[in-house]
Amino acid sequence: MYDFAYHKPSSVSDAVAALQGAEDGTVIAGGMTLIPTMKQRLAQPSDLIDLSGIGDLKGISVSGGTVTIGAMTTHAAVANSPDVQKAIPALAHLAGHIGDAQVRNRGTIGGSIANNDPTACYPSACLALGATIKTDSREIPAEEFFDGMFSTALEEGEMVVAVSFPVPEKAAYIKFPNPASRYALVGVFVAKTADGVRVAVTGAGEGGVYRASELEGPLSSNFSADAIKDVKLSADGLNSDIHASSAYRAHLVGVMARRAVEAANA
Amino acid sequence: MQDGATGIGASVKRVEDKRFLTGKGRYTDDINRPGQVHAYILRSPHAHATIKGMNKAAAEAAPGVIAVFNGEDMEVGSLPCGWQVNNKDGSPMHEPGHPPLARGKVRHVGDQVAVIIAETLEQAKDASDLLAVEYQTHEASIHMDKALGGGPLVHDEIGTNLCYDWEIGDEAEVDKVFAGAAHVTEIDIVNNRLIPNAMEPRAAVGEYDRSDDRYTLYTTSQNPHVIRLLMGAFVLSIPEHKLRVVAPDVGGGFGSKIYHYAEEAIVTWAAPKVGRPIKWTAERSESFISDAHGRDHISHAKMAMDKDGKFLGLKVATKANMGAYLSTFAPCVPTYLYATLLAGVYTTPVIYCNVKAVFTHTVPVDAYRGAGRPEATYLLERLVAKCARETGISQTDIRRKNFIPADAFPYQTPVALQYDSGDYITTLDAAEKAHDVAGFPARKAASEAKGKRRGIGYSTYLEACGIAPSAVVGSLGARAGLYESAEVRVHPTGSVTVFTGSHSHGQGHETTFAQLVSEKLGVPYDAIEISHGDTDKVQFGMGTYGSRSLAVGGVAIDKALDKVIAKAKKIAAHMMEASDEDLEFKDGKFTVAGTDRELSFGEVALSAYVPHNFPHEELEPGLDEKAFYDPLNFTYPGGCHIAEVEVDPETGVVTMERMTAVDDVGRVVNPMIVAGQIHGGLAQGIGQALLEGCVYDDSGQLLTGSYMDYTMPRADNLPSFGVGTESTMCTHNSLGVKGCGEVGAIGSPPAVINALVDALWDVGVRDMPMPATPQTVWNVINSAGTAAAAE
Ligand SMILES: Cc1cc2nc3c(=O)[nH]c(=O)nc-3n(C[C@H](O)[C@H](O)[C@H](O)COP(=O)(O)OP(=O)(O)OC[C@H]3O[C@@H](n4cnc5c(N)ncnc54)[C@H](O)[C@@H]3O)c2cc1C
Repeated sequence: MYDFAYHKPSSVSDAVAALQGAEDGTVIAGGMTLIPTMKQRLAQPSDLIDLSGIGDLKGISVSGGTVTIGAMTTHAAVANSPDVQKAIPALAHLAGHIGDAQVRNRGTIGGSIANNDPTACYPSACLALGATIKTDSREIPAEEFFDGMFSTALEEGEMVVAVSFPVPEKAAYIKFPNPASRYALVGVFVAKTADGVRVAVTGAGEGGVYRASELEGPLSSNFSADAIKDVKLSADGLNSDIHASSAYRAHLVGVMARRAVEAANA
Repeated sequence: MQDGATGIGASVKRVEDKRFLTGKGRYTDDINRPGQVHAYILRSPHAHATIKGMNKAAAEAAPGVIAVFNGEDMEVGSLPCGWQVNNKDGSPMHEPGHPPLARGKVRHVGDQVAVIIAETLEQAKDASDLLAVEYQTHEASIHMDKALGGGPLVHDEIGTNLCYDWEIGDEAEVDKVFAGAAHVTEIDIVNNRLIPNAMEPRAAVGEYDRSDDRYTLYTTSQNPHVIRLLMGAFVLSIPEHKLRVVAPDVGGGFGSKIYHYAEEAIVTWAAPKVGRPIKWTAERSESFISDAHGRDHISHAKMAMDKDGKFLGLKVATKANMGAYLSTFAPCVPTYLYATLLAGVYTTPVIYCNVKAVFTHTVPVDAYRGAGRPEATYLLERLVAKCARETGISQTDIRRKNFIPADAFPYQTPVALQYDSGDYITTLDAAEKAHDVAGFPARKAASEAKGKRRGIGYSTYLEACGIAPSAVVGSLGARAGLYESAEVRVHPTGSVTVFTGSHSHGQGHETTFAQLVSEKLGVPYDAIEISHGDTDKVQFGMGTYGSRSLAVGGVAIDKALDKVIAKAKKIAAHMMEASDEDLEFKDGKFTVAGTDRELSFGEVALSAYVPHNFPHEELEPGLDEKAFYDPLNFTYPGGCHIAEVEVDPETGVVTMERMTAVDDVGRVVNPMIVAGQIHGGLAQGIGQALLEGCVYDDSGQLLTGSYMDYTMPRADNLPSFGVGTESTMCTHNSLGVKGCGEVGAIGSPPAVINALVDALWDVGVRDMPMPATPQTVWNVINSAGTAAAAE
């Protein structure tokens, strides 16, 4: 790890000021992704702005059909929240299956979506549920937030403050874990909402999370696994690596989507 | 066994766990010497490159840097290979040099290029960014077929990538048997390459004391005396009396900590140069590219049978990957620890095996839990399962029909070994019962009702451990003897310290060995201490591997205990004015036959050190005896492993539903520890079968270089194991013990894969490679379906 200056602000505005004042500063949330990257000397920030001292960034609230989760809320807190379990059980389930207990107790929703790892779980929930990402300066619809692997619409010096999820009629997330890392080799989040069915796929696409429109159409008219059992998904644009070829991933997207619909209907 | 028993057969809780579980273990990285500085090893990012130049100036001038050394600076001996294998024609194998720091060329990703020594590790790493190495990269030979098929040479000076071309058996005789056989079954087998992943990464601290010209190396080794010998005599020219090697608590090895590694020599060599103790500790990603890997065989095998499925002959051709350099034991693994096991538990009368060992631009390959025997077992038990399928004989009948009968021991195999004892039908029967094989059809039907497939697979295996008779291994090319030594030191108040050359790196020797002493001397368990791992304390030792600690090291202790008792009897006889023939020693007491005179062991011990009236010309004071034990034969554990898997045909996901192992490990000293060893071995065996596989790309980059891509078995990958023992005694050692450290990893992989083939047989699957990851299983199912559709 290279040397860096450490800051621990107690408000969002102080954090943004510190970030913008730094030569090459980075915010640190749970550190689950950032610290290993720094230890491997793959990242060399001049300044680390630790968000753990900002009380406003933590917590979950439900009101008017929307679940809002502060950026610094840990995966464990989301998984164990009775409010989330009641309003969007699929989201609690997703959070409860990220990594292991240590990762869930440190890793945060803000860190996960800001990082936009193409194999992370949360981006699929954001996209399928039509979430809104609140930053220190604006609100960004999920549709516009994730733009390619490890890349987001966040500007330099901008930070995620909270994510709000509209409560769906039904939803489910099924992850097919990478056997080694247990990140999503393929993860499918299906949501049935007043505006129709949305299916978001993580882990599979070369450009990160995406919506599977081939599945959304049939499911919008008939929200059942049968509706998509004959849909042939193309392997074009899907990742290929030692764990899964693009063809295998395409196949798994279909299987996980069917299982997710079954789980949502259960 | 009654409660509180501490002798042979008691499940005494592991004494060492108190410190391990409370964070008080003392590992090499916990050792910090006064004035210590830190070493960082710069490693090759290329599989094959010429080092055109290296500019050290900027790195040397970096803050905190004390010294930078490269291969030109470190002119020392080559890291030695401990075993010479000869070619078919009797000529010796190729044995290229292995400099601790690369000279001229680098030959695998991770090869050591330079060492930077600085006040802190971070400073050493910072400086490594400034160390400019100019490489000219070359195409690499990563896969064995390419290496043998005109691919780039790993060692230009030997002109070939073929290390040796070895054989055992009479090929013409075997071919004759095949010509007359009623049926021949053939199989292609790949034994996947594994990365060992001991929980504790390797570490080394080198220290030099100018006042007495003495070196100390603290290292994560399974065999500190062997390291002292190899490094002292061959690499650095330091005589034994000037070199102390300490291997303190070691957190797992599985073979990977047997070998003498470059880093040990580097920190020891550099310590006097910088005048400070030097520490090096591997990071996990460094372990992946510098610890010797395991397995990596490609074989073709065929079995000749008569019309009733009786085995008539076996012929095997194997290519074994050595990696870029010959690691300490590497050449013997695919030969004497492999081909000699090809008879297995069967009466196959003639066997021929040819092994070609191949250099490639990959990390050196050496022994890994089981070493050669898992490779032999996997090949044989997959082949036997296929023989059963092709002849229409059941999986168990074909085995029963070909088992060496229980009354045929000692049994001479056609591949050099002579088995002393075993009873394969008993272990098979016991395993079938424990597994509830009778209930399998119902479980299969239940799986099918859920859209899943279920299969059952057998492995009736045998292995040779308790390594090894020196005369035998010497005749086979070992450059060392494989005896073990022990010293039993009885202190004046009757407490006992045992010094053993066996090294515990998790096996629980402090518990098991103390049980031997408690049983034999009747000394309370808590008055016994086991000391190991320090060449200044322990007289000598060959270390721990090849399931030899109890079968060789334990027997050495037993012999030393016999000497202690013999001496103590003389003292007791003198004290009680009796003749030592009339003396009996039992339950810690010396009694004189036909009298009520008795002395406790403690009283005799005290007298040994307070010899006020000893007849000194007949009786020496003291009670401290040593023994060296050289085994008369290998030991031959065996048994039956039964695996049961469920497959989700839609995704290729395999779940282990049941795993039963009934093993013959000889006499069991501590059943709990034996069960623990077998559990660990099964986890590794299932890991090899379903999860673990080392993958290099064609340029020699390791694609499975971290836990993000290399799948270690985790608790939720494993079922609750059913383990048991059904033992026959080893007939040639005084304890009757055989060994249990490796059987789990040896026996289980073919059981798992046979179960998987069984599960998918009905959809046309006939073969399954390891590791059977979801993608692999899905692909195999698909191509079976395509093949069936094409028919
Ligand atoms: C062993 C392991 C297993 C894992 N398994 C999974 C899994 O199965 N599924 C899954 O989805 N994830 C998984 N993860 C990732 C985990 O969810 C991480 O916690 C997450 O990716 C990053 O969150 P963090 O809070 O640790 O962020 P950090 O590591 O602190 O930061 C990550 C990046 O986000 C930036 N950042 C953090 N917070 C903000 C913010 N509020 N605004 C703007 N930028 C910000 C940081 O600057 C940094 O660039 C795993 C991680 C590990 C170590």
